[in-house]
Amino acid sequence: MTSRTTRTVSLAITPTTRDIPLAVRILVPTALGLALLGLWEILVRVLEVPKFVLPPPSLIGKALGDDFPSLLASLWVTLRITIEAFVIALAGGLLLAILSARSRLFELCLFPYAVILQVTPVVAIAPLILIWVGIDHLERALLILATIVAFFPILSNTTLGLKSVNPELNALFKLYGASSWQRLALLDLPNALPYLLAGMKISGGLALIGAVVAEFVAGSGSGTGLAWRVVESANNLDIPRMFAALALLSALGLSIFFLLVGLQHLLLRRWHESAMSRES
Amino acid sequence: MALYPESGGALGGVAVRPIGAVKPLIRIGGVTKTYSTGMLAVAKTNLDIGRGEFISLLGPSGCGKSTLLRLVAGLAEPSSGTIEWPTSDYDATGRPMPKLGFVFQEPTLMPWATVFDNIYLPLRLSRIRRNAATDRIRAALASVGLERFADAYPRQLSGGMKMRVSIARALVTEPAILLMDEPFAALDEITRFRLNDDLLKLFQAYELTVIFVTHSVFESVYLSNRVLVMSARPGRVIADLPIAAPYPRGDDFRTSQPYSEMCRVASAELHRAMGDANEEH
Ligand SMILES: Nc1ncnc2c1ncn2[C@@H]1O[C@H](COP(=O)(O)OP(=O)(O)OP(=O)(O)O)[C@@H](O)[C@H]1O
Ligand SMILES: [Mg+2]
Repeated sequence: MTSRTTRTVSLAITPTTRDIPLAVRILVPTALGLALLGLWEILVRVLEVPKFVLPPPSLIGKALGDDFPSLLASLWVTLRITIEAFVIALAGGLLLAILSARSRLFELCLFPYAVILQVTPVVAIAPLILIWVGIDHLERALLILATIVAFFPILSNTTLGLKSVNPELNALFKLYGASSWQRLALLDLPNALPYLLAGMKISGGLALIGAVVAEFVAGSGSGTGLAWRVVESANNLDIPRMFAALALLSALGLSIFFLLVGLQHLLLRRWHESAMSRES
Repeated sequence: MALYPESGGALGGVAVRPIGAVKPLIRIGGVTKTYSTGMLAVAKTNLDIGRGEFISLLGPSGCGKSTLLRLVAGLAEPSSGTIEWPTSDYDATGRPMPKLGFVFQEPTLMPWATVFDNIYLPLRLSRIRRNAATDRIRAALASVGLERFADAYPRQLSGGMKMRVSIARALVTEPAILLMDEPFAALDEITRFRLNDDLLKLFQAYELTVIFVTHSVFESVYLSNRVLVMSARPGRVIADLPIAAPYPRGDDFRTSQPYSEMCRVASAELHRAMGDANEEH
């Protein structure tokens, strides 16, 4: 009897995540966040930290409220560039991955340049693109830079997924005389889906980073996105507004991430190992 | 609707033909297969396989059983020699008309598709619409006893159930020939016995011709009317043992004197096959 009780207790101390109800999994981190904000507010007030060093959350909230229309307009610019870059990277990466899974020669030609584009820091390419394109069309230059950053994970992940088909399933399709379209649609693409979704999760974050970094590099006066609001506020020592813009950027990044996690779960939950433990 | 609606049951399917005039269904003539690595996997093999036979390929690992099966299925090309289908017509691509079902060693199911869609695959690839295929898929599912699992995903099934889905998928095109590559090797003995009996029922009900690769002497004797023992390096058939017992076979046969006698003979041949391989090392 005693040993059994002990065992139950020790199990209760180290529960796995799936034993925790969803409501608790959301409530606890939220409560922790609120408590930290409260602590921040109190400390800043008690220690009388100057607001241009670290403004209290209440002041940041106020700045967000006061400047909401202009910040929202900037958020929209950054969001639009991010989404466009992501969609172009997705479509382009998918297309090139399909082509390079089809043709070894195409893959051999494409990959060195894709890798060069990937390993060269975007900050270093940015001035060039900004001179070539950005003088007349700043947003287009930002879009190009964000796309370059977001593109590679889609390409490399999808290529891997398309090429890692079970050889016996391949033989099965051959046995039944599958056309190459049927093979692509019914075998290669479904097989690549988990890889593609993992790539999309990385790319979504990178598209935002690309859009922000590019705008930083683009520099003074020209930007209209959230990155520029951060720079502008820093220049004016309007630190609460800078924090407000930062908070919006984080919220944007988080939304993109959770949207893609949701999509991944939705598409894979019924068959893929990555989603298995959540269900069982 | 049943699978194979045209097959006339126990009596209707019997063709009255003089024995000597019957052409083999498959004629393997001097076939060799050398892989690009230089490995001679199948050495000059001659073999006639008649309609309605249940043939087992028995042999040590690496002796070319899978290779021979893949050659018959057209999944690999022979390096020399021919594989002919004397009684069949050929389609436009030069493939023999009698439809083949192939069961791999692993269930080889698409994890993203339901059991229903996995079985639908061969029909889908020949551009048969889903609605038109439903009855046949249901019948194939029923023939392996999995009617209730049409909407399950492969990962929700046990190993034996997955194997049965794989067999249903091979049967759904109503093939004349079933090629099976160690289909039950990964299963426990009890499941394996049950699936052996299921397979024999399907073999009789649909008048199939079966080529069955196995490592198991007992399985090969229990199932087949001919056991072909292969030896390795180079892979070739060293014994062709007829198993005369009539079908249907059941536990009576498994415990009978002729069964254990045939197992003993097949074991001896298998040992000879393995001895051959060892001498060459
Ligand atoms: N694709 C391949 N390329 C090169 N060599 C191969 C290939 N497939 C098989 N072989 C070789 O050919 C020989 C026969 O292989 P095969 O798979 O036909 O044997 P098997 O009798 O089916 O063995 P097992 O019982 O272990 O499945 C082996 O020595 C193997 O190494
Ligand atoms: Mg094999």
